[in-house]
Amino acid sequence: MSGPEPVVRTVNLVKIYQTGGVPVTAVDGVDLRVDPGEFVAIMGPSGSGKSTLVHMLGGLDTRTSGEIWLDGKRVDTLSESAWAVLRRDKVGFVFQFFNLVANMTVADNVELPALLSGATPRQARERREYLLGALGLAERADASPAQLAGGEQQRVALARALANKPSLLLADEPTGNLDSRNTRDVLRLLGEVHRDGQTIIMVTHDARVASLADRVVSLLDGQIVDDGAIPRPVRRPRGGAGDVVELRS
Amino acid sequence: MRLPLLALLAKEPAHGYELKQALEQTFGGAYPSPNIGQIYVTLGRLEKDGLVRAVDVEQSNRPNKKVYYLTAAGRERLETWVDEPSEGPRVRDEFFMKLVLAPLTGVADRMALINRQRRHYLGQMRELNELAAATDPANRVAHLLVEGAMMHLQADLDWLQRCQEEMA
Repeated sequence: MSGPEPVVRTVNLVKIYQTGGVPVTAVDGVDLRVDPGEFVAIMGPSGSGKSTLVHMLGGLDTRTSGEIWLDGKRVDTLSESAWAVLRRDKVGFVFQFFNLVANMTVADNVELPALLSGATPRQARERREYLLGALGLAERADASPAQLAGGEQQRVALARALANKPSLLLADEPTGNLDSRNTRDVLRLLGEVHRDGQTIIMVTHDARVASLADRVVSLLDGQIVDDGAIPRPVRRPRGGAGDVVELRS
Repeated sequence: MRLPLLALLAKEPAHGYELKQALEQTFGGAYPSPNIGQIYVTLGRLEKDGLVRAVDVEQSNRPNKKVYYLTAAGRERLETWVDEPSEGPRVRDEFFMKLVLAPLTGVADRMALINRQRRHYLGQMRELNELAAATDPANRVAHLLVEGAMMHLQADLDWLQRCQEEMA
């Protein structure tokens, strides 16, 4: 193998659901490699297998065949409890629907994963203050999740996913409930943690979020149909949004 | 640029350089800063069409400057423009032509075209993100323009995805 040990590697990964009579192939032979510090956006129409793929990468769904490797360790064969430990230590999750602990404050929700993975109370608090601050939620720290609007809960869920500085952040439509201004806060934070070396795999149809990624992987019918770099701007915008409007003389 | 100039002159008479400054202040970085030559050419055309008129104003130690004001015909033209609905932007015709025609000519397959176009749009979106970050937060007009451009780009990407589902 060349280069650094990938954070994620899948080999001919397949998922077939057999809920009704007819088996449905959701993920159909995916070979994916994500290196440390990479930010990969996964795009594709609904039903193309995006969510199934990231669920399998986080051990929330079992694979039908193929291999999943995290940080050089084969994980598709792990038990449920071994997966739980792995997630606690290495994987942050954020979904469109956020499972915050209802009877804990926002602050405790965010600090918990850091504490569970061995941070000191002080480290956990500092990390929580940074994350909530970056997401415009500093003054909501003592609220309970039920007191928050949907967009706020979603941002708390992102803060929680990043609390223990996981080797891998998995996200499934993390800006699904956010208005434009809150999306901007999330974009800024994702940009920051990515610059600090956070590895991110994110399912999104939101092009603003996807455009932060280094790479876009496009799925169609459970297969990767495109995998490549997002081009960097070739020229600096000339002093402003001059290209945005067209003048007719 | 004719109608924006008429709109500015509806507020108060002005000379060419003042109009340039007013455009820049209103739209901030989101406006392709017009050069003064363009403005004078446009004013000349508006004058020829009877929509504005110019008077020479004397200045001490400097050549006279021309101050433009709106005529009744100009005001009427401006009102018509404001009142009528504006054409919306259309789909990216050129890319769609490529998409439909390229496979027939054997020069490219649709999947490759769509994939390349998607990455290109995402690159443009990245540019708009950077532009938004570099634009003064107080300039709401500029931010709304950038946001509008982002929404159009999102629609282009969604449509591209539909094309991929249907055609590729």
